[in-house]
Amino acid sequence: MKVLEYANFIAGPYCGKLLADLGAEVIKIEKPVVGDEARQYGPFPHDLPHPERSGLFLYLNTNKLSITLNTETATGAKILKELLKESDIFIEDNPPAVMERLGLDYASLEKVNPGIIMVSITPFGQSGPYRDYRGYAINCSALGGQSVCAGEPGREPLTPPLSLGHYQSGAAGAVAALAALFARELTGKGQQADISEAQVWATLHTGNQVSAYVMHGLKRMRWGHRTPGVYPYTILPCQDGYVSMIAIQGYQWKRFLELIGDGEVPDWYANDPRFKERREISLKYADEMDALLAPWLMSHTKEEIYSLCREKRIPFAPVKNIKEVVNDSHLEVREYFVEVEHPATGPLKYAGAPYKLSQTPWKVDNPAPLLGEHNEEVYCQRLGYSREELSQLRRGEII
Amino acid sequence: MNQYPLQGYRVINFGWVFAGPYIASMLGDLGAEVIKVETRSRLDSMRLSPDNLDREPDRDPWFHSGVRNQLSISIDMDQPQAIPVLKDLISISDVVVENFSPRVMIEHGLDYDSLAEKNPGIIMVSLPAAGQYGPLRDAQTYGPSLTGLAGVDSMVGYYGERALGLQQAYADVNSALHGAFAALAALYYRQRTGKGQYIDLAQLEAVISIAGEAIMEYVMNGRVLGTLGNRHPTMCPHNNYRCKGEDKWVSIAVKTEEEWKGFCQAMGNPPWTKEERFADRYSRLRKQEELDRLVSQWTINYTDYEVMEILQKFGVAAVPCLDTEGRFFDPHLQERQTYLEVEHPTTGVDWVANTTWRLSENPTEIRYRSPLLGEHNSYVFKELLGMPEEEIARLEAEKVIY
Repeated sequence: MKVLEYANFIAGPYCGKLLADLGAEVIKIEKPVVGDEARQYGPFPHDLPHPERSGLFLYLNTNKLSITLNTETATGAKILKELLKESDIFIEDNPPAVMERLGLDYASLEKVNPGIIMVSITPFGQSGPYRDYRGYAINCSALGGQSVCAGEPGREPLTPPLSLGHYQSGAAGAVAALAALFARELTGKGQQADISEAQVWATLHTGNQVSAYVMHGLKRMRWGHRTPGVYPYTILPCQDGYVSMIAIQGYQWKRFLELIGDGEVPDWYANDPRFKERREISLKYADEMDALLAPWLMSHTKEEIYSLCREKRIPFAPVKNIKEVVNDSHLEVREYFVEVEHPATGPLKYAGAPYKLSQTPWKVDNPAPLLGEHNEEVYCQRLGYSREELSQLRRGEII
Repeated sequence: MNQYPLQGYRVINFGWVFAGPYIASMLGDLGAEVIKVETRSRLDSMRLSPDNLDREPDRDPWFHSGVRNQLSISIDMDQPQAIPVLKDLISISDVVVENFSPRVMIEHGLDYDSLAEKNPGIIMVSLPAAGQYGPLRDAQTYGPSLTGLAGVDSMVGYYGERALGLQQAYADVNSALHGAFAALAALYYRQRTGKGQYIDLAQLEAVISIAGEAIMEYVMNGRVLGTLGNRHPTMCPHNNYRCKGEDKWVSIAVKTEEEWKGFCQAMGNPPWTKEERFADRYSRLRKQEELDRLVSQWTINYTDYEVMEILQKFGVAAVPCLDTEGRFFDPHLQERQTYLEVEHPTTGVDWVANTTWRLSENPTEIRYRSPLLGEHNSYVFKELLGMPEEEIARLEAEKVIY
C-alpha cells in the first residue's frame, strides 16, 4: 500500500503512522528547510531544540520516508501530482480553501488519479459554515462537547490534555482510509474521506449525550472529580495519590463496602436511609460520601487499594502518572515500550503498538526520517529525475 | 442502490459497555452485517446506562446512539447448548469482536484457536482492559479508570491543582477506533493471503499510544507532567473564557504573531495589549494568568457566538464551548448532519450520533436503528443458520435463547 502524507504536526502524521507501522510505504512531504512543524515542538533531549530531535516528531514519523517539496510553486505542485499517480492514499490536513488555491482539491486530484483515496483531516470538515474557520485542538474539543464535561462547576471547562483530539482524528482517518480501499475494490473508484476533529468528539465521544438530551432533557456538564448518575463514579485522593473509583453494578459497590467494613457493609452505610439509592447519593450526598470514605482511602496507598480491589474483583484503579506508566511491570512483560535507535538521539524508549496482530505484527523497522533524507531515493529512483535535475530543483528552492 | 465499503462482511459482536459495541457499530456504519450476541440473563449494561431513566433495556439513550447498524440475537453463552450455535454462526462470519476479561472466551470454548479450527479466515479482535497476558491480565475496569491507569487522568485538572480526570469513556472510543483500524487491516491482509488472525488490543496500551509526547518528555528529560489546565506549551492566549449568559464559555487559541495582532485588532486594540509584559509570545506565556484575566474582561461583554464571529473575522481561532443542547442546535453541526433523526419503536423518534467520517462516494446512513433485545433471532437462527423451528422453540423453552 502506497501512502503520500502531506500533513503536519499530529493528526495527519498519526494517521500515516498507523499505516506505516503495519507496513504501508508512507512518503512524507515536508516543507523545505523547516520541515514538519512537529520538528520544532519538542520535547528535546536536555531541552536543547534541534529539528532532528523533537520527541513528538520522532514518535509520530517512524517507518516513513521524508522528501522536501515546496508545493506552493507550480513545479512543486506538478511533482506532487506525479507522486500522487503512484499512490493509493493521500493524507492531508490543510484548510480546504488552501487546497483549492493550490489546485490540490479532490475534484482536481481525482482527474490525476481516479483511484486515489484522499483523507482530509481538518478541525471542522470540508463543509458547513465553520469550514474555513481557524481551529486548534482546544477549539475542536469545545465545539465537540468534550470540554464542558471536564472541570469544576462554575469554573472554566477543561480541554483534554496533550493533543488527544488530534490523535483521535488521525485514527478516524486511518479507519476511513481502509474503508475507502474496500469500497474501491467494489467500484474501482477512489473518494474523499472528510474527517473533522470537532465531529470526532461530537459523535464518538459525546454523541450518546444528545440522545439522552432529546429523550429526557438531560445535559451532561462538568462536576469536578465525579460524574453523577451513579455513586461511585469518581476520582478520590488516597495516601499517595488518587484512585479512580467507578462501580456501575451494585454488586461491585457492595464488594467495596464489605472490603472497607472488614467483610460487612459498614453500619454507617447500611443504617442510613439516604444511602439506599446510588443515584440519590450521586445527586445529593456525594460530598458527604466522599468524606465518609476518606479515612479508609487516606490510610492506604494507591497500589494497596489496587491490589485489594483486584483480589475482590472491584473495578477500581490507581491514577498513575507518566513515570509510573513508563515503569509499569505489566507493560514491561508485554514489551509495550520499544527501543528505537535514531541517528540524532541514539536509542530511546518509545510508546509502542496499540494492538498486537498475530500475523502482521506492528514494528518499527526504521526510525523517523531526517528532513529530506529520501529525496534522492524518491525523486531519482522512483520518479526518474537525474542527479543534475535534482540539484536544479534544490537551487530553484523546489526541494 | 448504494454500495457500502464492507458490504458482504459479517461481524459477530460479543462486546459490551462500550469498546466492543463501539467498534462493532463502526464496522456496521461501514456496511458490514453486525450481529450482537446478548442475553436477558446478563444484560449489556449499555442497555441500563445511568441516563436510562426508565430502566427499560429497550429504551436506553446511550444504547440507541452507540449500538446502531447492529442486529441483536438473545442467546445465553453461559448455557452449554448455546456454544455450538454460536460456533456455527462464527463459521459463516468474518470478524469476531469481544471485550470480556481474557478468561471468558477461553472458558466458553470460543477462543481464537478453537474458532480458527472451523474457520481459518476468521479475524478476532479482543479488547480487554490490559491485554491477553501479563500480570494485569484479569484487570476489570471501566473506560474512565483506564485513562487513570494510562497516565492521562493525572494531567486533567486546573493547572497545579488536584487531578479531576476526563470523566468520560475516552478509552473505549479510542480502543474502538484503533480496533476498527486493526480489524480492517487484518481483513485487507486476508484478502491477499487467505489468512485470518488474532488481534490482542489492550485498551490501556491504545491509550498510552496517544500520549506519545508526554512519554517522550519523561524518557528524554525525566519530566513528569502534572495537571495542565488549559495551558499549552507554545500558544497563548489558550483557554476557555467566560462569556455573556449562564455558564457560557468560548475557546480561544492564539498561535502566531499574526494571530496575536489580529486578536488585538478584533478587540479594538485596548491599551493593555501594547504593554511590555505582553510584547511577545515568550512574555505572554510567562504572564498568562494576567493576560487571561484581561481577555475575560473583554469576552464577558459578548455571547460565545459573538466572540467567535468577531475573532474569526480576524483569523483568530475562537469557538464556543458547547454543551449537549448547544451541540444539538449548532448550525455547523446541524449542516453536517452530526446527529440524525431515527425512528425507534419504543420512543417514536430518537436523535443519534451520525457516522464520524464522511465518505464522498458512500453517503452515511443508519441502515438499522438500534435493535430490540433479540429482535433478529428469527433471521439469524432460522434463515442464516437454518435451524428447525422445533429446535429454536426448545432452546427458547430452556432459556438458551433468552
